Amino acid sequence: MGENIIRRTITRLMVPFIQLFALYVIVHGDSGPGGGFQGGVILGASFILYAIVFGSEAGRRRVPAPVTDVLSSVGVLIYAGIGLLCLLLGSAFLDYRALPFKDPHLAGHYGIFGIEIGVGLTVAAVMVTIFFETAHRGEGGETRDG
Amino acid sequence: MIDILLLTLLVLCALAAVEMRDLLSAGLVLSGYSLLMAVVWTRLNAVDVAFTEASVGAGITTVLLIAALSRTDRGEALVSRTRREIPSLILILLTGAVLVYGTLDMPDFRDPGAPAHHHVAPRYIEGSAHEVGVVNMVTAILAAYRGYDTLGETTVIFTAGMSVILLLRRRKQRG
Repeated sequence: MGENIIRRTITRLMVPFIQLFALYVIVHGDSGPGGGFQGGVILGASFILYAIVFGSEAGRRRVPAPVTDVLSSVGVLIYAGIGLLCLLLGSAFLDYRALPFKDPHLAGHYGIFGIEIGVGLTVAAVMVTIFFETAHRGEGGETRDG
Repeated sequence: MIDILLLTLLVLCALAAVEMRDLLSAGLVLSGYSLLMAVVWTRLNAVDVAFTEASVGAGITTVLLIAALSRTDRGEALVSRTRREIPSLILILLTGAVLVYGTLDMPDFRDPGAPAHHHVAPRYIEGSAHEVGVVNMVTAILAAYRGYDTLGETTVIFTAGMSVILLLRRRKQRG
């Protein structure tokens, strides 16, 4: 499976662009279609594509299990943390206007920007985790042609 | 015209996915189904939903289905199909008839007087730009007006990831 040079070269070329697009979708969510969820899925898919072509061992070396484990909880913590920050600053939970920016529009913008990043991190990490834990890793390095 | 074509293709994809014996092909057909569905959402001007459908439905779901297939057999187990065919056909037709009957009460498509357009939608349309400060109304609803719900959804995804780790990772260490 891993000896196909066309597949390897194309993947190596594609993955950076897919990841760049994923970041664009996450960051651009407040002014265009998309957002943390879609961008996170695309980001996770780029790692999955890498793992499909280069094998799960090589894929896990790029995104080790501890990293995805931590990131999937960090995303939720960023989201809930921004909500809590609004609460501590004397407003309602997730009321971005309380955030310390001069313009409430700017505060809303940055608040949403922050939670989109949180959603993206969690979604990407969980998608990668589900793929690596579900996909069959053949005993003794044997990969099943599926 | 193109809508009728898309919907016909959707039905064909669904039927093909049910009828196929090869589960890998069935998964790929479902991916095509989701991609067609994404086009339908775009035709309905719901670009955010289309984006989600294309990335989640056509992309990641297919990958996860194939990943799950790698743990099981590719072919569908043959079961005798003659026995319960007639009663289940009647049941399906009845359920379908009830569902169609239920749609008769629904407001017409693109009806401006539909209740959904008069509850909170006007507030979102008028207020999202200056209350929240982002241009994309869908993002404003998801992240600000319905921020709790999105936090809940993110927690659901997080829980799914943790469950997969708890259920599947341990087995690997043992074996």
